[in-house]
Amino acid sequence: MRWVRSVGPPILLGILVIVAWELTVKLGRIAPFIVPAPSAIWREFVEQRGNVWQAALASGVNALIGLIGGTVVGVLAAMTASRFRPLSEVSVPFAAVLNALPIIALAPILNNMFESTSSVPRWIVTGIIVFFPIFVNTLRGLREVDPTHRELMQSYAASGWTFARKVRLPGALPFVFTGLRQASSLAVIAAVVAEYFGGLQNGLGSRITSAASFTAYPRAWAFVVGACLLGLAFYLSTLLLERLAMPWKSRLIT
Amino acid sequence: MNAVEVAGLTKVFNAGRADEVTALSDVDLTVGDGEFVSLIGPSGCGKSTLLRLIGDLLSPTRGTVTVAGQPAAKARMKQGYGIAFQQSGLFEWRTVLRNVELPLELRGMSRADRRARAEEMLALVGLSEFAGHYPAQLSGGMQQRVAISRALAVSPPLLLMDEPFGALDEMTRERLQSELLQICAKTRTSTVFVTHSISEAVFLSDRVVVMSPRPGRITATVDVDLPSRDDAVRQSEKYFAAVTEVRQALRGGTQARAATP
Amino acid sequence: MRAGRTLVAAALGVVAFVVLWEGYKVVGNPDGTVLLGVRILPRADDLSMPHLYDIVARLGRPELTGGRPVWIVVLDAAGFTLGITAVGFGVGALVGLLLAVAMQRFRIVERGLLPYVILSQTVPLVALAPLVAGWSGRLSFGPYPWQDWMTVAVIAAYLAFFPVAVGMLRGLQSPPAAGVELMNSYAAGWWRTLVKLRLPASLPYLFPALRLAGAAAVVGAVVGEISTGTRGGIGRLIIEYSREATSDPAKVYTAMLGAAILGLVVAGLVGLLELPLMRHRRRVEVATL
Repeated sequence: MRWVRSVGPPILLGILVIVAWELTVKLGRIAPFIVPAPSAIWREFVEQRGNVWQAALASGVNALIGLIGGTVVGVLAAMTASRFRPLSEVSVPFAAVLNALPIIALAPILNNMFESTSSVPRWIVTGIIVFFPIFVNTLRGLREVDPTHRELMQSYAASGWTFARKVRLPGALPFVFTGLRQASSLAVIAAVVAEYFGGLQNGLGSRITSAASFTAYPRAWAFVVGACLLGLAFYLSTLLLERLAMPWKSRLIT
Repeated sequence: MNAVEVAGLTKVFNAGRADEVTALSDVDLTVGDGEFVSLIGPSGCGKSTLLRLIGDLLSPTRGTVTVAGQPAAKARMKQGYGIAFQQSGLFEWRTVLRNVELPLELRGMSRADRRARAEEMLALVGLSEFAGHYPAQLSGGMQQRVAISRALAVSPPLLLMDEPFGALDEMTRERLQSELLQICAKTRTSTVFVTHSISEAVFLSDRVVVMSPRPGRITATVDVDLPSRDDAVRQSEKYFAAVTEVRQALRGGTQARAATP
Repeated sequence: MRAGRTLVAAALGVVAFVVLWEGYKVVGNPDGTVLLGVRILPRADDLSMPHLYDIVARLGRPELTGGRPVWIVVLDAAGFTLGITAVGFGVGALVGLLLAVAMQRFRIVERGLLPYVILSQTVPLVALAPLVAGWSGRLSFGPYPWQDWMTVAVIAAYLAFFPVAVGMLRGLQSPPAAGVELMNSYAAGWWRTLVKLRLPASLPYLFPALRLAGAAAVVGAVVGEISTGTRGGIGRLIIEYSREATSDPAKVYTAMLGAAILGLVVAGLVGLLELPLMRHRRRVEVATL
C-alpha cells in the first residue's frame, strides 16, 4: 500500500501530461515542427524501432566504454590523492575549476586528433565528463573516516594497507555510488551530444539531427524517446548495481 | 604480575604552542590481575587520555606504561587488549558475525576457527540469532553488546572501555552492566573502565579512581567492597555508602581547587 | 586561503598540462599509435597537435587575411555566449527556486514532480536541442519573434534548473525539526517560516548548486548554439574553426580557449555572488542524483 503513495502521484502526473499534450496538439492543431502529438511519436517509434535499437546500441556502447574508463581512472586517482594529503588538498579545487569548463567543446579537437571515423573521441569526452563526479565523490568517501573506526584499527595495530582495505574502501563505497549515479546519466548525454560535433555518425545524436533536418519531426522525437530510455536504463542499472554491491543498505530496520 | 602499571605519566598536548594543555600530570596507577578499575571525573580530567595512553593510542610525554609486564606499544602490537568506545564502531557493511571476526582476521586465524570463535562470543552476549544481521538493524544496546563481544574475541587479558554505555538509556545500561560483570568474571579479564556515572563506577568496580582536571591527576581512590554484584545490591547500604564516598571525593577535588586561589 | 589554494592548483595544473602536451609531441608517434586497428593515441604531428606557443601566437594574428585579430573575435564570441548563458542561468535558477519552494510547501507536489525533475536530467533531453531550434522563425511572443538565441537560452535554462531545484529543496528541508517547532510555537505561518528559517538555512545548499548550474548553463549554451547554428557565439566559432583545422590547426584551439575562459568567468561570477552572503558559513554539496 505504501508504494502506491510514492509511485502514484508521479504516474498520475505523467498520464495527465501525456493526455493534455495529445489533446492540445490535436485540438489546437499545432504543427509538428513545434511539438508533435504523443500518438504520432509513438507511431514513428514503433515503426522505427529497429533503427532506434541500432542507434541506441551504438550510443550505449560508447557511453558504457566512457563510463567504465572514466570510473576506473577516477577511482584510482581518488585513491592516489587520498594517500598524499597535499595532493588531495590541491586536487579538489583543481577538479572544481576543470569542471566549470565545457568539456564537450573538446569534441571537435579530438575529432581532429583522431580519424573522423573513430569512436575514440566520443569515448574520451565521455570519460572525462564521467571522471569528475566519480573522482570528487570517491575522494570524499576515502577521506571521511569515522574516528571510532580509526581508533579501533589502531588498537589492533593494523597496517596502513590493512586499514585501507578493511575500512577505507568499504566505507567509501556509498560515496562511489553517489558519483556513479550522476556519472551514468552524464555518460549517456555525453555520448549522444558528442555526435553533434562531427565524427562517426552511427548513434542517436546523429539520427536526431538528420531527422530534424529532413523535418521529419515525429521521427526525430522517436529517437529522442530512445535516448531517454537509454539514459533511464543506465540509471536503473546503476541503482541495481548499488543494491547488489551494498546489501547492508537496503535491508529495512526491523 | 599486574595487568597495568602506570608510573609518573605526564601527557602534554600542543607543547610550546599557544593552545598547550597538560592533560595528565604525574599519574601513577596499578591495575591488578583480574581487577575491575573505574576512572571517574569531570570533563577534561584526562580519564579518556589515560585510557588511550594505556592502549598506546597516544604516546606519553613523560613516564611509562606497562601492560602485562611489557611496554604498552608492544602490547598493542600483539593485540594484548580489547577496546570498546562510546560509539560501537561496528562496520555497517559487515554482518554482526563478520564484525566480531574482525580482530581474529587481523590475527590471521583460519576461516573455520574465526567463525567458531565469533559464534562463541556472540553466544556469550546472547546475540547468536542476530549473527547474520547488519548493525543498522540492531538497537544501540545490542550494537554495544556486539562491540563488547568483539573486544573479547581474542580473549585478551585486559579490557579497556571508554564510556561504552554512555549513549544508552538507564534500563539498558543497568542490564548491560550486569552482563559485563558476568562476562568478565567468566573470562577473568582485568578491566579499566572510564565513566561519568558514579553509580555505574561503584556497581562495576573493585576500585574507583577519582580524577580532577587542570592538570589531570588522580585525587582519590575508593575501594569498593560489595557482597554481591546483582540488582539487589543497588539498594543496599554498602552501595549507597560507597556512592557517597565517591561523590565526596569528587566534590573534595573541586572544593580543594576552589580553596586554593 | 581557499582562493590561494585554488590559484596554486590552477597554476600547477597549467604547468602539468604544458609538460604533458609538449612532452607527448616529443615522444609521440606523428601518426598516432594504432592498436588492433584502432588508433588509441592521437597524432602527434603539428597538424593535429600544434605547439602551444603556436596557439598563443595565433591569438594575435588576424582571423582571416585582413580581418580582426583572432583574440578579439574569440572574446567577442565568448561575450555573446556569456550573455545568453546569463539569461539561461537566470531563468533556470528562478524556475528551480520556484519549483523547490513549491515542492517544499506541498508534499504531494514533491512526490509527483521530483521523480520527473530527476528524470529530466537522467535522460539526454539536450538531444531536444535541434528540435527546439525548429521553433525559431515560426513562433512568437506577441510582437517579439522567437529568435535563435532564445532557443539557446532555453536549453541553458533547462540544464541549469535541475541542480538549483534539487539543491534548494534539500536546503529548504534542512532545518532540524526543533527549529521548525520553535517557529510554530511563535505561531509563525508558512511564509514567515520560509523567510526567517528555511531560506537562510538553505544558503549553504544553494550556492554549490548555483555553481553547478552555472557550469551546466555554459554547456547548454555552447551545445545549443551549435545545434541552432546561432551566429556570433563561441559554439558556432568552434565548429567553423574546426572545419578549417587542416589548413589552420591552431585556430580551433583558440576557440576552445575562449570556451574555457567562458566557463571560468561564469564560475567566478557565481563565486562572487557567494561572497557577501556566505561568510562564516559552511557549504554543503548535495549529490544531484
